[in-house]
Amino acid sequence: MNTGIGARIPRKEDSRHLRGTAQFVGDIKMQGCWEAAFVRSPLAHARIRSIRIPDGAEGRVFTVDDMVDLLPIRAESSLPSYKTSDHPALARGKVRFAGECIAVCIAPTRAEAEDLAETVIVELDPLPVHVGVESALAPEAARLHDDWPDNLFLSTEFDSDLSDARAQATVVIEREYTTARQCMVPMEGKGTLAFWDGKADQLVVYTSTQVPHLIRTGIAQCLQLDQGDVRVIAPDVGGGFGYKCVLQCEELVVSWLARSTGRPIRWTEDRREHLTAGANTREHKYKLTAYADDTGRLLGLDADIWVDVGAYSVWPFTACLEAAQAGGNLPGPYDIGAYACRTHSVATNKPGFTPYRGVARPGVCFAMELTIDAIARAVGRDPLEVREINLVHGSAMPYTNITGKYYDTGDYPEAARQAARMIDVAGFSKRKQAAEKEGRYLGIGFSSFTEQSAHGTKVFASWGLALVPGYEQAMVKLAPTGSVEVKSGNHSFGQGLETTIAQVASEWLSVDIEQIKVTMGDTGMTPYSTGAYASRGMVMAGGAVSKAAEELSLRIRAIGAHLLQCDREETELKDGAVFCGAASVSLKQIAQAWYLRPDMLAENVNTMGLEVTEGYKPDIDTGVFTYATHAAVVEVDIATGKVEIQDYVIFEDCGRRVNPLILDGQSYGGAAQGIGTALFEEVIYDSAGQPLTSTLADYILPGPAELPSFRLGHSETLSPHTRHGIKGVGEGAAIAPSGAIVNAINDALCPLGAELTSIPATPRRILEAIFMAQDASTREAAE
Amino acid sequence: MKPVPFAHSRPAKLTEISSALDADNAKLIAGGQSLGPMLNLRLARPSTLIGLSHLTELRSVRLDGATLFIGAGVTHAQIEDGDSDVDLPPMLRHVARNIAYRAVRNKGTLGGSLAHADPAADWVTAMTVLDAVLVIANGREKKRREPMSGFMEGAYRTKLQPGEIIVGVEISAAMGEAHWGYEKICRKVGEFADAIGAIVIHPGLQYARVVAGATEGPPILLNDIARAIARTAKRPALEEIDAALAAHLPGADRVKRQLLKTALSRAIAKVIP
Repeated sequence: MNTGIGARIPRKEDSRHLRGTAQFVGDIKMQGCWEAAFVRSPLAHARIRSIRIPDGAEGRVFTVDDMVDLLPIRAESSLPSYKTSDHPALARGKVRFAGECIAVCIAPTRAEAEDLAETVIVELDPLPVHVGVESALAPEAARLHDDWPDNLFLSTEFDSDLSDARAQATVVIEREYTTARQCMVPMEGKGTLAFWDGKADQLVVYTSTQVPHLIRTGIAQCLQLDQGDVRVIAPDVGGGFGYKCVLQCEELVVSWLARSTGRPIRWTEDRREHLTAGANTREHKYKLTAYADDTGRLLGLDADIWVDVGAYSVWPFTACLEAAQAGGNLPGPYDIGAYACRTHSVATNKPGFTPYRGVARPGVCFAMELTIDAIARAVGRDPLEVREINLVHGSAMPYTNITGKYYDTGDYPEAARQAARMIDVAGFSKRKQAAEKEGRYLGIGFSSFTEQSAHGTKVFASWGLALVPGYEQAMVKLAPTGSVEVKSGNHSFGQGLETTIAQVASEWLSVDIEQIKVTMGDTGMTPYSTGAYASRGMVMAGGAVSKAAEELSLRIRAIGAHLLQCDREETELKDGAVFCGAASVSLKQIAQAWYLRPDMLAENVNTMGLEVTEGYKPDIDTGVFTYATHAAVVEVDIATGKVEIQDYVIFEDCGRRVNPLILDGQSYGGAAQGIGTALFEEVIYDSAGQPLTSTLADYILPGPAELPSFRLGHSETLSPHTRHGIKGVGEGAAIAPSGAIVNAINDALCPLGAELTSIPATPRRILEAIFMAQDASTREAAE
Repeated sequence: MKPVPFAHSRPAKLTEISSALDADNAKLIAGGQSLGPMLNLRLARPSTLIGLSHLTELRSVRLDGATLFIGAGVTHAQIEDGDSDVDLPPMLRHVARNIAYRAVRNKGTLGGSLAHADPAADWVTAMTVLDAVLVIANGREKKRREPMSGFMEGAYRTKLQPGEIIVGVEISAAMGEAHWGYEKICRKVGEFADAIGAIVIHPGLQYARVVAGATEGPPILLNDIARAIARTAKRPALEEIDAALAAHLPGADRVKRQLLKTALSRAIAKVIP
């Protein structure tokens, strides 16, 4: 069976996950391991007057005063006006969000550690709380960080001059949009187990992370250890989504405890901790003004974007990545001649903002797509036609957009046309008319976007980050038995990278992926990688494996040629053997010659053998752009405000599809998360900054019954800049759902004069929008 | 999220429960589907948990003449599946099928749900509209009976006295032939209700009840609406339902009233299409 690039095959890792034999941090059994529980702040903003530890708890309860040699998390950025925030792993002097770690308690079991945590008495003097960006930006607002003049992490400004657009515009659309704060809710929460390995004289940290090598660097820096004294291992990880791509306080505390107490220590995040201290993403506000002509052609766009970034800047991606991505990606797939955008990264009393699947783009796509539909309504044209005339056309590729993003390949209007064909716009119109007669409200909505993937050195450097991704390395080895070993410092945590990079090796070496052992996530065993984020895994790790496997294939062929007594150029590697004409020698025979019978090798054999480490970066490191259009048909029950998604299609182009089955899964999962953003998920705070959605009974996630049967379509426009033409696709499907679904809702509600501009589109928000429209028309009638 | 330390006991007989409940801060646990999370969140901090799920006398479903008795320890799943020697009213099976998720229904019990008295739960409303009577024991005296309407005093508050336990519920067996409508509005499948409308009409018994549930307090009997339906066999106007709700729930906002009104009108429409 061909298991190379393009093979639609199940994942190598499925068996252990389905049989329950995988090993997550929580599964690790270690003699003498104690469990940690954190004392967390009950208040959102307060000065710590005292922390009282009960008598007899010495050596089992620790505060920041015990951790004098542990440096705070400090995420640097070279962007002008950026302010750094020190985030001590345990609070020092102040707490800045409800759920912030104040003290840690250890005991043989988690229950006992929680018992101990209840006995720690923390006296707090409350301070004014900023639950939103408005109060944080108010004049004389209490400051989160005492040495700052205000509560702004960063402001940026981009202005290409809108005066022509303003002068020429015959249609001006003004809108304000908001997106809710969310949690990422991976199935496995965070978890860390650390111990000191006496033989290696090394701190070993098992942690649930997407970026083991980065976390190794971070732990070494904060614990002030040489990097060689730290080994980080990401075992099986149950979902990341960005939540696990930053250094966490709990990781540092557990590492410090293991080193200081000499005892293995584990912390396992529980769901309540996740839903409170992990409420760290997605919350934006937009004020947009779009300038268009009578045809709906977008002439210019003026935007203010506020990101509610919470109290601290996360390492290494900072509090500002989100706003940088938002400002840069708002024009998205559209050809816009003039653009001005001011971003405001505002410190509030919430957990520090962390990039979540799609990073800012779910918000900007929502804002942009609703604006496109608003323009269409204003000029009286079909929203698809307005998309058609504004999207970057295939003939314009490669295309550099107004913010300098380099769109490498693709035909964006074609994706929109294909999505429209799949969802059957004409058939929908008939159904909508029939439904109208029955008093039912159907709507259709579209959402187009680009997904900048595997953006590398230049892009991250332009965001001023202290840690910038560069080359990615991978090792590929032919083992004595003829099987293959692949080692990558990237990580596989549900996105199937373990399988897809094996497929890349299989493509070059013609070995079935079942005979390819993939090792990832262990910094003691793999070459350096900055890890899995920004839809870079397949492009970068896949590219590195491809390069290493190609080089290995040459060495294999050289030995094979010698054994077959021909030239390497005359050989071909296929079906698990090197062929020279009809004669062949198997990979196993070649491997055995190298490892066991070197006397059979040529005098001038490559002494580096059958183990190759190669580094890789695409020709351009500005990213390669996947793109898609999503389309949704919804029915809105105007008596309950409930939305039923009747149909949902995705037409997408991510270059070469390495494993179409895994890609389908990525699309389903991403779209499901996007539907959570669109309709369900929202962290709600009271006026004192208390999170009110601290259980899954309150923080509503979509379940299987709420999800439609997604229908997928693809084209394959290969990137000329990457190995095999691959583009990244991990984030994409999470980006568009809010735009498509809320456009569909607004289409359905149009006869009532109601329009939604906030997500999630809960029954309450929909009913309130309907009431508002009804009250307005009642008032009009009265007047 | 681990509970505080607690002792656990399993009395061999129902009659031993009351003495077990005399222990300071003891609490009963049946399926544990509400109490379990409250224990883990340390909102409930009992010193002793008294397990009930092994008591077969709480699991009985039987006909006593014209009265159907369903034991408090019967699970939602047993009712959903009709897993009993006696036929259960179709409405009960319908209600059970839409409680939370199957995993919850496999463990959660009828009596546990009624004693917990979550306003958004199904059984408090369903048993009210069926005019069920609770059979309550305290171990020492004779069992007493308490009508479901009036049993719930507020959110999570009931007329259960210290030392008392719900043994089961009694429903008129004739309810098996009643006309009924039950409409639950919730954010997603398995979620707690935002609004429930329930109606039961039995012309032979001259029985008509309309109940609004998930009101953040006890279920509300809308007797004027029920009488008007019985008299006219017509659906009430939405404005009438709204006015009745506004009278009973002066604190409810427009969205809550809209949801309750919709649930009620849709439940009624199932009886009077």
